[in-house]
Amino acid sequence: MTSFTRRGFIASASTVLASSIVGVKPGFSQSNYPSRPITLICPWGAGGGTDATARIIAQVMEQKVGQPVNVVNRTGGNGVVGHTAISTAAPDGYTIGLLTVEIAMMHWQGLTDLTPKSYTPLSLMNVDAPAIQVKADSPYKNIKELADAIKAAPPGKLKASGTGQGGIWHLALVGWLQSLGLQPNHVAWVPSNGAAPGMQDLAAGGIDIVPCSLPEARPMIDAGRAKSLAILAPERNPQFPNVPTLDEQMGPHKSVGVWRGIAGPKGLPADVQDKLVAVLKEVYDSKEYKDFMSSRGFGTQWAERAAYGQFMDESDRQMGEAMKAAGLAKA
Amino acid sequence: MNELVEAFRLVLAPDVMIAILLSSIYGLVIGSLPGLSATMATALLVPVTFYLSPIAAVASIIAASAMAIFSGDIPGCLLRIPGTPASAAYTDEAYAMTRNGQAEVALGAGLWFSALGGVAGTISLVVMAPMLAELALNFSTYEYFWLAFLGLMCATLVARSSPVKAIASMLLGLLVACIGMENPGGVPRFTFGVAELLGGIEPIPALVGVFAVSEVIRAIVSPEPPPLPSRRFGSILAGQLALTRKYWRQMTRGNVVGIIIGVLPGAGADMAAWVSYAMSKRFSKEPKKFGTGHPEGLVEAGASNNASLASGWVPALLFGIPGDTITAIAIGVLYMKGLNPGPTLFTERASSMYALYIIFILANIIMIPLGIVMIRAASSILRAPRATIMPVILVCCAVGAFATGNNLFAIILVAAFGVIGYVMENNGFPVAAMVLGIVMGTMVEQSFVTSLIKSDGSLLPFFERPVSAVLATMTIAALLWPAFIWSWKRLRPRPQEQAL
Repeated sequence: MTSFTRRGFIASASTVLASSIVGVKPGFSQSNYPSRPITLICPWGAGGGTDATARIIAQVMEQKVGQPVNVVNRTGGNGVVGHTAISTAAPDGYTIGLLTVEIAMMHWQGLTDLTPKSYTPLSLMNVDAPAIQVKADSPYKNIKELADAIKAAPPGKLKASGTGQGGIWHLALVGWLQSLGLQPNHVAWVPSNGAAPGMQDLAAGGIDIVPCSLPEARPMIDAGRAKSLAILAPERNPQFPNVPTLDEQMGPHKSVGVWRGIAGPKGLPADVQDKLVAVLKEVYDSKEYKDFMSSRGFGTQWAERAAYGQFMDESDRQMGEAMKAAGLAKA
Repeated sequence: MNELVEAFRLVLAPDVMIAILLSSIYGLVIGSLPGLSATMATALLVPVTFYLSPIAAVASIIAASAMAIFSGDIPGCLLRIPGTPASAAYTDEAYAMTRNGQAEVALGAGLWFSALGGVAGTISLVVMAPMLAELALNFSTYEYFWLAFLGLMCATLVARSSPVKAIASMLLGLLVACIGMENPGGVPRFTFGVAELLGGIEPIPALVGVFAVSEVIRAIVSPEPPPLPSRRFGSILAGQLALTRKYWRQMTRGNVVGIIIGVLPGAGADMAAWVSYAMSKRFSKEPKKFGTGHPEGLVEAGASNNASLASGWVPALLFGIPGDTITAIAIGVLYMKGLNPGPTLFTERASSMYALYIIFILANIIMIPLGIVMIRAASSILRAPRATIMPVILVCCAVGAFATGNNLFAIILVAAFGVIGYVMENNGFPVAAMVLGIVMGTMVEQSFVTSLIKSDGSLLPFFERPVSAVLATMTIAALLWPAFIWSWKRLRPRPQEQAL
């Protein structure tokens, strides 16, 4: 255990060094890539779900490439700082990063110029669909009943929460309301600092609906305080086989969800891309990765390079539509 | 019973014991360095926990955070630079005791009552977790609003300067809390196009700036104060039993308040320390002595902040809701190690739960010997020349600011707050009140606005929910009390000790 501790410290020290070197050295001959440690930038803080995903990917990558892969948490500016750092890194393959769904949202609000097109897409690793949660003792037995109740209620009567104003789960709700032919604000959105406080307020009786991913809702569902009526995805989540899909009950619906994927700065050389995508595919197929993701309830989905780029573009388009509808996008 | 035996077996495994010992030392050192906080200590442990067994991983977080919260008192006491926001409430008091030649009593009180508080918090976790969780679940945003409002009012109670200046400082803190887009509207405010400001200003860089950096600036521009008479520290624990006997009421009250505040998600050790210190002053028989080096408030606040640390794990373990920034990180580690939070953790994995309890108790027990060693080592700072200490502090501040987010902007922020803090202190504005404003500001605004959204603009639910009504009565009574005292004295003029 002592050696592990030391390893952790050395890793973090070398990370600082590596990132400063990467900044100045241009990419040289890549035939023996990677010949030194790789930095994986995570735009969110230590201890969160994104951080954990980045660390498991890095851990398995390390075994496959034979070089240390160091996760660096570049936080700040609600993800803008880390995403910027990924896009402005030297395109030599020694600095890559974990992109999150926020990259398809922030530019619509005018918070940054970065879009999914600012990167070299490598691979999509994870997608989590929203699910609709209500209080355990609420009268709605299924999603249809809830939908009918929403339609019958006067605008603003029912309240929902689960993230900040204009956050991903807010947009998921807006998308669903629109598909029901309702105004985006028919269910009032109560901003919160994330899904956990939203679920707490649901249990406390402060709000009626929480749209968020199933792993986020799991502790409260297990505690018997909340129930999940439907998952807004084409298929059921194998971790939660009892939660039906919205499609099963109310017909097809295309919803926004959260995703995480690996990308590098623009202009990553083709041979480096080949190598990285091959390694990431191995990571994705590895038992460690699959076990970790299923233990957290995170969904896995693979797409590489151009296909991942298209996935991001589609996500970007959906986000833009939902945000414009909700009046959250800058003109 | 089998589970208990199994739990002991889990904890007594060599890797767990080594993890507890090493992370305790690590937590003590990080917490005692000005500019490096308990939250940062926890965040930096995450990559290491990846290589540990589940119990060892959680043990290292528990041990490191408990130690760091205690040892945050050390620089506060010796240098007037609190190591964590939780120590900021009583830093002036502890420093005054050091100037009076009572540093060992102040630090000993911090150590002794932190350990006792930690044990009390753990017992509450063991005995009352489901009950406390029920309490936490009954708190909606209406109750949080009053709670945060009460917390803000502590600014005037704690400050030694004029209440007007304390309120002004607190309002400045509220203004700082407005920065960023983490507000109910989701709209960037006061960011001036700077992307780094979108996430708002965290209390830690502000705290480090206004206390540590401004202290460094003060050292640059002012002549060296007369050195404290050089002497060896007396026994650290000797006076503590007497203090425990004398102030057992305050200690118990601190424990209870700490446990209750800790269990409420979003309100952690910081708020517990502030509220307890303010309560101690408010209900003391000798409120005049507060701020001049009087241990009463230290006892209550020290007992409170460590108690809240343990009870903060209740909502984290039961519902996956973080009680404070430390448990927010800890939840991530729990998930990573397959100890998914939820009631099943208490039933299906009872041995792991018992193991956590044992680790909590263990950490608070070894805190005492390790803490004594740490205090002895740190006391040499009082003898070191100022010119050698201050540059080191400045480096620590920069490293601490950078370490959590790997973001250079944090260092600029710390520097800016250093200048703000220096100017404020020079003009008699208490910087601690500003930190309180930053800590509480988001919660006040968020809970007020979201409550209004939920109630369609009606103020009634702030008063008609039972818990909310009690809190509202307390808040309004505390607000009107000074006016009542004032008019009482005007109507019946006679010499009388002023209450506030």
